[in-house]
Amino acid sequence: MFDVERLNTCISVWKDRPGALLPLLHDVQSAFGFIPPDALRPIAKALNISRAEVHGVVSFYEDFKTEGVAKHLLKVCCAEACQATGSRDLQQFVEDRFGEMPTKNQDKEGISIEAAYCFGNCASGPTIELAGRMIGRVTPSKLSRLLDDLD
Amino acid sequence: MKIFIPKDTSAVALDADDVAQALSRAQHALEAEICRNGSRGAFWLEPLVEVELAAGRYAFGPIGVEDVPELLECLPDRLEDHPKYLGLTEDIPWLANQERVTFARAGLGDPVCMHTYTKLSGFSGLEKSATLTSQEIVTQVLESGLRGRGGAAFPTGIKWQTVLDTPADQKYIVCNADEGDSGTFADRLLMEADPFQLIEGMVIAGAAVGATLGYIYLRSEYPLAYRQLSLALDIARREGYLGENILNSGRDFEIEIRLGAGAYICGEETSLLSSLEGRRGLVRAKPPLPAKEGLFGKPTVVNNVLTLAAVTTIMSQGSQYYASLGAGRSLGTLTVQLAGNVARGGLVEVPFGVKLSDVLKDYAGGTFSGRPMYAIQVGGPLGAYLDSTRWDTPMEYEEFAKVGGMLGHGGVVIFDDSADMLAQASFAMEFCAHESCGKCTPCRIGAVRGAEVIDKIRKGDRVNENLILLEDLCETMESGSLCAMGGLTPGPVRSAFKNFDFGVKGPDKSLSREGIS
Repeated sequence: MFDVERLNTCISVWKDRPGALLPLLHDVQSAFGFIPPDALRPIAKALNISRAEVHGVVSFYEDFKTEGVAKHLLKVCCAEACQATGSRDLQQFVEDRFGEMPTKNQDKEGISIEAAYCFGNCASGPTIELAGRMIGRVTPSKLSRLLDDLD
Repeated sequence: MKIFIPKDTSAVALDADDVAQALSRAQHALEAEICRNGSRGAFWLEPLVEVELAAGRYAFGPIGVEDVPELLECLPDRLEDHPKYLGLTEDIPWLANQERVTFARAGLGDPVCMHTYTKLSGFSGLEKSATLTSQEIVTQVLESGLRGRGGAAFPTGIKWQTVLDTPADQKYIVCNADEGDSGTFADRLLMEADPFQLIEGMVIAGAAVGATLGYIYLRSEYPLAYRQLSLALDIARREGYLGENILNSGRDFEIEIRLGAGAYICGEETSLLSSLEGRRGLVRAKPPLPAKEGLFGKPTVVNNVLTLAAVTTIMSQGSQYYASLGAGRSLGTLTVQLAGNVARGGLVEVPFGVKLSDVLKDYAGGTFSGRPMYAIQVGGPLGAYLDSTRWDTPMEYEEFAKVGGMLGHGGVVIFDDSADMLAQASFAMEFCAHESCGKCTPCRIGAVRGAEVIDKIRKGDRVNENLILLEDLCETMESGSLCAMGGLTPGPVRSAFKNFDFGVKGPDKSLSREGIS
């Protein structure tokens, strides 16, 4: 069971504001690391919408996770500008090492991997986001070093 | 002495924070002040360190952590001895030759310093608008010829007039900062380097149409923009540029930032509104136009970041000045974003009408890989891939449409001759399948089938039949989708087949459709 108090704090911030569901879900996710399934019912009740509607929103948006993610999250930009500078090689390197993206959570190296579509660093790609940090001009060998440096 | 190191996503992705840290360790010995400025948009030179002396600001770039010790040795009187010395920043041709209007302030100082902003004529547009009636402001925007910078290029003044003329108890200004197109970063740069300008533009828009509340719908992939905007909003509020009775105009305005959640489709205005309302980002049918029934059913201006920013120039310098820039029906400046495989990538602001080939010649400096340029995708993931015979096109909305292209938000993604155009065509379909909101069947399912069909063509499986099928699918998506996602995805797909030769011949027209099973 999760910390109901923390959830209620998030809810009380947004409950009476228009268009509250997305910002509320963002807050819940930063509090818990993901959207706990048990949070859907109290959120729905507080916003006076159905649980299906909350679920619909959670499942629509890529950012919202329904289970905990690994210790480290690696996002590889797979959009055109990065493709033009070699992100397909990067993707290949990652998939050779970890399996097809998105990887299942909590693999043995403690890393989750997802494709991303554009970080706005399109003049100095390929771009990745590793453990919350954006990094440009990433080659397979640079990524390999970065991964080795992770604890 | 003052040293500038940009706090900008691209600069930081190339280790600007580490450079700043290394410099700050030497700060005391140097008696230097360190300023984290915004980027000037010359990303190929990032991290671009500038040293301000009595004679001006001298640039060094790109500076890595390993370059810092030598840089410190060269300060302050042997600057030109450093191997990364670039001379006075304002004399770097790549920057000096641009016509910076919207991005004139970018990189000059601390992005969230109100003093810097007002000193560089910030808020003079808002001061002007405070003396005008709503109709007078809208008329100025109409006369400037400003068109929406998000890609659709709809005349901004007409949109504003519609909202002004629609009576309602509440109206909204929504800033579309969901810059999801690959190859574009102008909105991000503006929000990170000059966030007050966006705020000023939104307050003017509010005054123009009678709206009192604005939302900035910002994509979650831009955390630094979020931080800078949040800081800027707090400061603007404190200084009386937001809130009640702004500049004694009798008008109130407030702005809230809302974060997206990783859905490309939410850059489409009706989908964005659904998302802002706390729902799935489903596209809505138009009419009703958002200008009449938008956010929460109220009249709403939905404008791109750069559109709202341009309004500050129109108000401060006049619509005539703005309309004097540009060509044809594309007035003002275009922010070309050189991206992808490019040696000198970054933001190039020039008047509309400049040929793409001239921008490439004057700014791009070839590819990053050093191989020949081969294909250029202009206008984001929904823009066509152009081969070299089409690069002479003037950068105007109508001119690009004539060659089967799209100017969009001004993103220019360069590919060298190692590009696999069939893979790019397939990716256009895959991206559409991934990002479709699911409302329209041609987009939701057509894109999946499209990727499969292209895969068959790649394998040489009944190429003729599959090409006909693909064209059929493209037509269906084009005419059967509500928004540009499904409607324009055929653009990059068709152009990849039509403009490039990769061993697949066009469909044999003599083959009848009955031949397809």
